[in-house]
Amino acid sequence: MTVWIQLMIGFFLANALGYGGGPSSIPLMYEEIVSHYHWLNNQEFSNMLALGNALPGPIATKIAAFVGFDAGGWVGMLVALGATVIPSAAALIFLLRVLEKHRHSLVVKGMTLLVQPVIAIMMVVLTWQMGKSSISSIGIWHSLGIAAVSFWAMEKLKLHPALVIVAAFAYGGIVLQHSM
Amino acid sequence: MNNSWKLYWQLSIAMIRTGILGYGGGPSVIPLIRYEAVTRYRWMEDDEFGETLAIANALPGPIATKMAAYIGYKLKGNVGAVLAVITHILPSCIAMIALLSVVSVLSTSKVVAGMIAGVAPVVAVMLGVMAYEFAKKTIDGLGKVMGIAMFLLAFLLLETVHIHPAIVIILFLAYGSIHFRTAAKWKKEHKNKESEKA
Repeated sequence: MTVWIQLMIGFFLANALGYGGGPSSIPLMYEEIVSHYHWLNNQEFSNMLALGNALPGPIATKIAAFVGFDAGGWVGMLVALGATVIPSAAALIFLLRVLEKHRHSLVVKGMTLLVQPVIAIMMVVLTWQMGKSSISSIGIWHSLGIAAVSFWAMEKLKLHPALVIVAAFAYGGIVLQHSM
Repeated sequence: MNNSWKLYWQLSIAMIRTGILGYGGGPSVIPLIRYEAVTRYRWMEDDEFGETLAIANALPGPIATKMAAYIGYKLKGNVGAVLAVITHILPSCIAMIALLSVVSVLSTSKVVAGMIAGVAPVVAVMLGVMAYEFAKKTIDGLGKVMGIAMFLLAFLLLETVHIHPAIVIILFLAYGSIHFRTAAKWKKEHKNKESEKA
């Protein structure tokens, strides 16, 4: 019982204070999971993080599921996941509902328009970071080659991105493993 | 299958797909979610997606689950929100618990490392395409001069001054709320001056 309440508080705090999505919450989660509540030790935490990074999907919920299950069973997993996901999702839905009511006002139209440049710049920065880390791990020619083929497949052939990602997995598993 | 069930089914499939194909945490999954919600199923317009993303970015907590929850909510209310989040996160959560015993194999495997590395350029392309499309929207809505000025301002605040993205988004939203009024006023004054001259 106590552990469930602790899981709720710990995961709520780590995520409510983490801006910029899951990855930015990792240091805060470390604080709660290792330093404060001792659910895992340092070594276990880094093993878990390595596994989390090797699997797809949002990182914050993978950590919450694992630690919640480890410390408090299936109920613990649900509690930790709930504390991670619900507060921020509810806040977003609430805010957008308010905006939706005033969808046709010029105030809301102006707000919708003016966030586009910020999103564009944030996406440019993410593209740059992703490209840079790709070049440093597999080199410029592999990166450019995969990028060119996937651009052609998604934008010209209009293939579903899922197919392109699966193809990239296959190429990576068969060819790129030798340059790892 | 009636329409309502079909929608639940499509929502679940879309969220499972984005959940198991998104590598590299929240931001890399955004173009996939956009593909499902805007391009494939047309659940919302790109404008609305951009606005939702901006506000989601200004709020704390994981980004992908916020987006999933809102899309589910928009389609099917609270039940839709819960369904979208669960289908988005469940496969990877289960895998996480089930696979811990083989963690050392997975995280040192060259094949796994190669697979993850192979996806990075694809994600970069998807993010780049999204950047281009939001930039185009900006230019369409604000015109070339003001659009480019806004890009520069956003870039300066985010990357040079290093102001927190949440604060930058709030600043732009604040100006956006008075943008059309300001623009109209400015145009009117401009016109008056012109007629005074004449």
